[in-house]
Amino acid sequence: MKHLLSAADLGHDQAVAVLDVAEEMAATQAREIKKLPTLRGKTVVNLFFEDSTRTRISFETAAKRLSADVINFSPKGSSVSKGESLKDTVLTLGAMHTDGIVVRHPASGAPYQIAHSTWTDASVINAGDGTHQHPTQSLLDAMTIRRRLKGGQAGQDLSGLAVMIVGDVLHSRVARSGVDLFTALGAKVTLVAPATLLPVGVEAWPAEVFHDLDRALAEAPPDALMMLRVQRERMSSAGGGFFPSPQEYAREYGLDAPRLAALAPHALVMHPGPMNRGLEITSEAADGARSVIVEQVANGVAVRMAVLYLTLTGAKEPGA
Amino acid sequence: MAATEVLDGPDIGRAVQRIAHEILEQNHGPEGLVVLGVPTRGVPLATRLAAAIKRVEPGWDQALGRLDVTMYRDDLSRAPTRAVGRTELPAGGIGGIDGATVVLVDDVLYSGRTIRAALDALADLGRPKTVRLAVLVDRGHRELPIRADYVGKNLPTAAAERVRVLLEETDGRDGVLIEGAER
Repeated sequence: MKHLLSAADLGHDQAVAVLDVAEEMAATQAREIKKLPTLRGKTVVNLFFEDSTRTRISFETAAKRLSADVINFSPKGSSVSKGESLKDTVLTLGAMHTDGIVVRHPASGAPYQIAHSTWTDASVINAGDGTHQHPTQSLLDAMTIRRRLKGGQAGQDLSGLAVMIVGDVLHSRVARSGVDLFTALGAKVTLVAPATLLPVGVEAWPAEVFHDLDRALAEAPPDALMMLRVQRERMSSAGGGFFPSPQEYAREYGLDAPRLAALAPHALVMHPGPMNRGLEITSEAADGARSVIVEQVANGVAVRMAVLYLTLTGAKEPGA
Repeated sequence: MAATEVLDGPDIGRAVQRIAHEILEQNHGPEGLVVLGVPTRGVPLATRLAAAIKRVEPGWDQALGRLDVTMYRDDLSRAPTRAVGRTELPAGGIGGIDGATVVLVDDVLYSGRTIRAALDALADLGRPKTVRLAVLVDRGHRELPIRADYVGKNLPTAAAERVRVLLEETDGRDGVLIEGAER
């Protein structure tokens, strides 16, 4: 695996293989000495053109646990604020012999552009691009679901499980990667959102679509319920008018106590973070016994260690 | 390809039995012994060795585990990406090897690089009192100053030859074969 650009690039077997490696990585993180010498001498640049706390720290932790050198880049305080192009930024990194570039960018396809350019021969890992993909997030979600509901043994997939994704699917790269990865792993995916927050062409996705959360919970009871973050600014006419008001959104699509009670006893409550407590999820749901939100963050480090290991080791293919 | 069988099933059984006795002799009994297999074929061999020790010393707690060295290898940038295996230490868990006499078990000792990686992996897990190495076959061609304490069979080979260890658990039958180059 040279790059990780999209969850759709991972077939069933490769996705299972990544999760298996992630489980082994997680096992090493229970030790007293968590650092492994695996990527010693490799340099990983976190190229984040968008704000991020958990993804950047998670990638940084993962790379450091594998002994790689990590350089954090943010456009503030760099030449990007002087108008430097993506190409020139990446050429600079390429000239410094960077082995891996972890990219987050507001433009969909930016990681693909870097990976398929002649600017650098580094491995490129997509850490979220525009409204396109966020593959490591889906991998950590899949790892969390697999471990909680299937036991987490090597070779397992998500077949027979139902995953429900609720919220702003239109702007969500988490939803897109999730649909790709969970269906590849054999799970059934249901999307729940108001019509204004669904993308054009969603009927072609391998997922069932509901507009009514209560009906969806009754008709397609999920094993894992994933609440997407809703940006408050999108909730008024000033932000595009996708929904009349935050209060109405919370009432129609928020995970509150009655909806929590309607879930099956084993069902998991998930959220990619950062949460808007009181909007898409109540504190009761976020902090309840079914919530695996903190576990998702812990698994994020293991998944990113696995992805870094799989992309940065192995003999270079000739010409690659 | 010409393959010569140099050890058969009963030979392997006798070698494991002898190594069990040697370990107990040198360690003056089973006190503090921990047997760790190095995947892939070191794991079933370690299981057999532990069973052999247990037959001689029924009081031993049969401290048996596995030590995956993938992430400590020095050829990760040269060879194709390897799957990562599991490391399991005997009960007592992390730190269960502190002060113990660890016997590493592998099938073939060749360049010594796997054992170098195993020693690094071990150092991250704890501080054993002693580390010893048991191998079924020592085929020579060492690239590092590493030697085995217990050897099933010394097998002088040419570098072009390939030594294959077959075990019931992984390959369906027991045997050690030398392949390639005329003998």
